[in-house]
Amino acid sequence: MRYLPLTEADRQSMLAATRTASVNDLFRDVPEAARLSGPIGGLPNHMGELEVERHLGAMAAKNLAAGSVPSFLGAGAYRHHVPATVDHMVQRGEFLTAYTPYQPEVSQGTLQVLFEFQTQVSLLTGMDVANASMYDGATACAEAVIMANRVTRRKKAVLSGGLHPHYRDTTTTDARFIGFDAVALPADPTGIEDLAAQVDDKTSCVVVQNPSVFGQIRDYSDLAKLCQAKGALLIVVVTEALSLGLLTPPGEMGADIVAAEGQSFGNALNFGGPYVGLFAVKDKYVRQMPGRLCGETLDADGRRGFVLTLSTREQHIRREKATSNICTNAGLCALAFSIHVSLLGEAGITQLAQLNHAKAVQLADKLAAVPGVEIVNDGFFNEFTVKLPKSATAVVEALAERRILGGVPVSRLYPGAMDDLLLVAVTETNTESDMDAFATALAEVLS
Amino acid sequence: MTVKYTKDHEWVRVEGDVGAIGISNFAQSQLGDVVFVELPEAGRVLEQGKEAAVVESVKAASDVYSPVSGTVIEANQALVDDPSLANNAPETDGWFFKVTLSDPSQLDALMDEAAYAAFVEESH
Amino acid sequence: MSMNSQGRPSAIPTAAIPAAGVADAVTGTFTGNRGLQIEEPLIFEQDAAGRCGVDLPDAPKVASRLGGVKPRAKVGLPGLAEPQVVRHYTRLSQKNYAIDSGLYPLGSCTMKHNPRLNEKMARLPGFADVHPLQPVSTVQGALELMDSLAHWLKTLTGMAAVTLAPAAGAHGEMCGIMAIRSAHEAKGDTARTKILVPESAHGTNPATAAACGYAVESIPATADGRVDLDALKAKLGPDVAGLMLTNPNTCGLFERDIIAIGEAVHAAGAYFYCDGANFNAIVGRVRPADLGVDAMHINLHKTFSTPHGGGGPGSGPVVFSEALAPYVPVPYVTHGASGFDLVENAGDGPAFGRMKAFHGQMGMFTRALSYMLSHGADGLWQASGDAVLNANYVMARLEDVMTASFEGPCMHECLFDDRFLKGTGVTTLDIAKALIDEGFHPMTMYFPLVVHGALLIEPTETESKASLDQFIDALRALAERAKGGDVAYFQGAPRLTPRRRLDETAAARKPILRWTPPVGAEALAAE
Repeated sequence: MRYLPLTEADRQSMLAATRTASVNDLFRDVPEAARLSGPIGGLPNHMGELEVERHLGAMAAKNLAAGSVPSFLGAGAYRHHVPATVDHMVQRGEFLTAYTPYQPEVSQGTLQVLFEFQTQVSLLTGMDVANASMYDGATACAEAVIMANRVTRRKKAVLSGGLHPHYRDTTTTDARFIGFDAVALPADPTGIEDLAAQVDDKTSCVVVQNPSVFGQIRDYSDLAKLCQAKGALLIVVVTEALSLGLLTPPGEMGADIVAAEGQSFGNALNFGGPYVGLFAVKDKYVRQMPGRLCGETLDADGRRGFVLTLSTREQHIRREKATSNICTNAGLCALAFSIHVSLLGEAGITQLAQLNHAKAVQLADKLAAVPGVEIVNDGFFNEFTVKLPKSATAVVEALAERRILGGVPVSRLYPGAMDDLLLVAVTETNTESDMDAFATALAEVLS
Repeated sequence: MTVKYTKDHEWVRVEGDVGAIGISNFAQSQLGDVVFVELPEAGRVLEQGKEAAVVESVKAASDVYSPVSGTVIEANQALVDDPSLANNAPETDGWFFKVTLSDPSQLDALMDEAAYAAFVEESH
Repeated sequence: MSMNSQGRPSAIPTAAIPAAGVADAVTGTFTGNRGLQIEEPLIFEQDAAGRCGVDLPDAPKVASRLGGVKPRAKVGLPGLAEPQVVRHYTRLSQKNYAIDSGLYPLGSCTMKHNPRLNEKMARLPGFADVHPLQPVSTVQGALELMDSLAHWLKTLTGMAAVTLAPAAGAHGEMCGIMAIRSAHEAKGDTARTKILVPESAHGTNPATAAACGYAVESIPATADGRVDLDALKAKLGPDVAGLMLTNPNTCGLFERDIIAIGEAVHAAGAYFYCDGANFNAIVGRVRPADLGVDAMHINLHKTFSTPHGGGGPGSGPVVFSEALAPYVPVPYVTHGASGFDLVENAGDGPAFGRMKAFHGQMGMFTRALSYMLSHGADGLWQASGDAVLNANYVMARLEDVMTASFEGPCMHECLFDDRFLKGTGVTTLDIAKALIDEGFHPMTMYFPLVVHGALLIEPTETESKASLDQFIDALRALAERAKGGDVAYFQGAPRLTPRRRLDETAAARKPILRWTPPVGAEALAAE
């Protein structure tokens, strides 16, 4: 078997060194009844590369790749063009097959990347400091709420009706088991909810998403001040990280914590994972942050280097008293994010964000021209909500038959509700002919 | 001024009904470089033997238990600003917090300096 | 105070700190570079305004529609062209040790070879370029893959149900404990407030239990490194929700009493959670279901070779017994007459809710399934056998110069402690740093906490005998050198790496967690 280097001669020689007759004898502590006598039944035997490729290739062929047809799906995962350099760099063995950088002398590559990543995330979000990433935006959001509870010593979180339902549900799952209240406001497609009215002196935090799951953009500066006056924290969630290249960042609005999804940079859609959670806070909260942190220091020769730091907050030290039970960050996904952002730089990120917005405006106008179709948003970045005269679920199925991935029905995220609404996302990967094809097909389906 | 020690390596130095509390020299030598301390706020009521503070080194975090019951009157801001005091002056400037003792008789059961030194010697 | 005496010395011994200016003398070069080892500044220190590593088309000329919200001022990112970016990351990669470079004997991490076929499969457009919320009819292959992986995991473990949702091992533990709590609550059994955890457990175990609202009680180990069954039975009662056990345990030993342990836990009305971090020892040879396990997380990035990536991403599916099967979280895949479907909402059912956005770490599922198909049942049988043989070989060839903590046989990892260093002035940490100069990543140190100065070695099955022999010989030589009294050599190690020992105390006392633009830079930029 190609991955197993021991030969029979090796095994015999090694068994002799351990003074054991057979490999089976090494398993003598396993109760007889639980020891299988041979390879497990019900599973195939080993396969060479050719067979594996054939098998998995056949499975892959049953999926419709988003890039092979006009695609306008968002709702928390966005199809952006990832430069070729990114995938080559992340597959360098020294990045791909390295462990967590607990031995800093032989991990300066990983550590410097994390330090740069933390800086990039701080700059993008307008916050003071960021961690080395979380599993995804939704778990980052839940951890932000848990942190706010810890900091304020309160137990009531208010979740905006513009928060992505997966993020809301991840948070409410934690609320149930960890023991706090998460008040989820009703879905707010038009962005008119009154959050200020929900904040009192028992509120630990208010969680808003900007742009919201419906694409609405708001300035939360006033809410930030109100929260501060009441001793609560403002948590801003961002699911489309590219929006940070154009919109006023949460840090400038006065956010205490930013919990975001970084998938848009460097990471393919991958049917939902692995993604990369971004977590950034104000300086005063740094010791309350969950997750890994990389810090700068000097080595014994007086040269600058990097190490994981403030680890005493983490589970392997504090055990029951840890700030969270999280062990891993998103490592390679954070590296991919970082490389992509390095390639874009200041000029590129601004230009790419503007390009996305302009294309979204272009498509919104084309769709609004289709009879019966209304754009719900007063403003948006690269994703907006469309109101249809028919079931959005049925429309999307019909579009799929015409080989167009025409957005996400809102009812997919809110079962049994708002089936007349459709979330449509546009990125730099959509051409004008894609958009025309969409508008034409939509008109057909609705007529 | 009496100094008493606990089996958990805290000391308490009492003047009148106020006790200053910290960790022993042996404790700091075992911990390594102290990087951070979490101290109780003034007004907090502490129980003998229960967690009162946290002392963190790079690779370990340890709870500091209060040697006596009482109410916190002051936390050592100088220690918060410079955690190395816990290593360099653990039994003087590196005090953690001060309390007014609610039951001074609790001191009777604690070890004096000589007894503590013997305790450290035999158990380590 | 709680004497966590495993906190090891973090100050750099003064003997190791050279006088100012010695750095140049170390490399002897003008640039400070050392042949192939090239110094690389931060990207922020290589900025040139306006420079960019991508070419983008012009945006269509349309009026902005941000809804009255102001666009931001600058972000502050540096501009580099593609060649600079490639050089930057290439040079950084060259400062990393990796499985591709050499042996990584980290106990309980299972640093086995990461097959490149897995990377190729994960990147097939049919897997990589699929949006999680596409109509289900357009992603039948993705759902089939998840279903197939689920089948392999259930068959290998003998368990009734599985969730693929958790993003990593610790997340999987959380899932398992949440399911256990849901099961008790469904029976109206709210008196169960405790989770029992062996004292040798990894820190995530008590952290998870505490996070889910349980009080954690520790079970001591016996002299032979296993859970004390009598102590466990004494603690079991109507207030115990479950036991979290790692098997093989963190000392690398198989819990011989595991059947009795499972029976005792069930007799007390509690559930048996198994931390599957060490599954590599028994995969394909022993089924956790046959040991009485109710829930077990599996680390795809350990047992099933998905790459560690410098810290992640992981994937932590959890298998469940019949008793806990109803409480599996959403989403999960179902298979009906019309094909595969995805259940995304718990509704009023017993599923305890959602743990993250979308459907799980799909990219890692593809890699793991590719690994499973490559090995097959016969390959996995061989893999676990070789993993255990390799660890026992290492133990047999080192136990005369180092102190093994427990009697063998061990499973896939072997545990030593620092008794062999007593009186030398050399610590476990020092041995590890010296090992780095010998070209190896150190083994796991200071874990588990049940022995002093632990050294936990897990070679995995993908190491050749020659590789193991080289490692063994290096450790033998270092052990002898330590006993010979050459303390200064160890305290100054490593000397040959891109950076020498780093000041972790300073990093923790005055944390610098990001690059900051120099003061005045913004004023200059605004001119």
